[in-house]
Amino acid sequence: MTPLITVRDLHFRYDDGTAALNGVNFDLFPGETVALLGANGSGKTTFVLHLNGLLAGSGSIEVCGMPLTKATLPRVRQKIGLVFQDSETQLFMPTVLEDVAFGPLNLGLDPHAAVDRAMHALELTGMSGEAHKAPYHLSAGEKKRVAIAGILAMQPEILILDEPTTFLDPPAQRSLIELLHSLPQAKIVVTHDTSFAAALSSRAVFFQKGVVAAEGDVTGLVRRFAWNSPVTTSR
Amino acid sequence: MHHVVLERWSRGRSVLHRRDARAKTLALLVFLVVLATSYGPLAALSGVYFALLLSALLLARLPVAGALARSALVLPFSVAFAAVSLLAGDAPRAAALLSKSYLSALAVLILISTTPLPQLLRGLEQIGVPHFLLMVAQFLYRYLFVISEEAQHMRVAALSRGASVRGMAARRARFRAAAGALAVLFARSYARAGGIHRAMLSRGFQGRFHLLAAPRFGWADAAFLLLAALLPAAARGFLGGWRP
Repeated sequence: MTPLITVRDLHFRYDDGTAALNGVNFDLFPGETVALLGANGSGKTTFVLHLNGLLAGSGSIEVCGMPLTKATLPRVRQKIGLVFQDSETQLFMPTVLEDVAFGPLNLGLDPHAAVDRAMHALELTGMSGEAHKAPYHLSAGEKKRVAIAGILAMQPEILILDEPTTFLDPPAQRSLIELLHSLPQAKIVVTHDTSFAAALSSRAVFFQKGVVAAEGDVTGLVRRFAWNSPVTTSR
Repeated sequence: MHHVVLERWSRGRSVLHRRDARAKTLALLVFLVVLATSYGPLAALSGVYFALLLSALLLARLPVAGALARSALVLPFSVAFAAVSLLAGDAPRAAALLSKSYLSALAVLILISTTPLPQLLRGLEQIGVPHFLLMVAQFLYRYLFVISEEAQHMRVAALSRGASVRGMAARRARFRAAAGALAVLFARSYARAGGIHRAMLSRGFQGRFHLLAAPRFGWADAAFLLLAALLPAAARGFLGGWRP
């Protein structure tokens, strides 16, 4: 099976000299959901920001058969939808409908088609009733759904979600798992929440010091890296 | 969840709310020009202008007392200039400053209380206001709440660490802490702006906002604009408010 994303030997260093990625190799196959696990600062978010060209390191990235270059960037951004950790960052338009239609309008759709697409995406995420509300009137769970709708409206082949459970209460997390299960796209989920990762992912990748330290199923990796070990206190 | 009074008022369904943003903006512009250049029997003219604005408030079904009180927020700024005129022995100028600034604020408040911000910005763009300026206004309005929430969180964090202790020394320390908090708030806002820019790029933004369907400017809007522009000008003509 041809991978949707192929990354080889990706290196990246921030301006302050921090080496965030030190030779990452990664593949994403159609239909699979991969959880990216690892400590804070291990390079997970830096890595996903490379996948749609928001950061540029050295190495090679191929998305749906296209090498990621300046020339292919607009097409790559159409293929990969990135849902940011903080929905506030993503919802910048005055109304929910306008926000979700923002991507389709940028793709060159006429306003009528963009509204149709936006409404369809809002229906998929159960938010069509809030289309004319201002985003700051929504709850955290609703904002996350609208942020996902904004990405779905671009009809991407791959969804990347950066810490999607942040700010969500348990019912909203369950509802998010159901929503993500219902979406056919291949997914990459950056998360610290191992139960969320286990409920959603077919495979997990463990990041450590800017490299992929191990791959496997979520439960196996969590055990191997003692990721969920209980806190012990001495009295 | 935040709630802004003017934003709620702007989502009403009155005759005035239904008018096109361009008609209301141009009517406001005419009113402001007529008001600013009025001269002569200022008390009578101010009364007529106030009556016109009051009619607009009633037509828009806005809470009259609330709107009148909010418009008074402009007075602390104009009072200083009015006081200077008064001390210089020019009482009519002081009165004109106060009445004109208050009536201007009330007129602007009626516009923003009857026009949701997206429509207002779109109307301004169609009138020819520079796109970049409107984009800044849109972001400012959208993220004001987010930044204000961050400031509130920082305030609570400061209070929880004893920032409310009274006394001169504590006041100085609070002042220093507030200056530091401002710097942190700026840094956070800057980081937030970077995040927003990334989110926009990832959804294909290439430097220009595209609009959904443009609103229509109908006969009712044209009639409203004509009436709203003529009434204050006619009142001024009738009462002789022209500079001799």
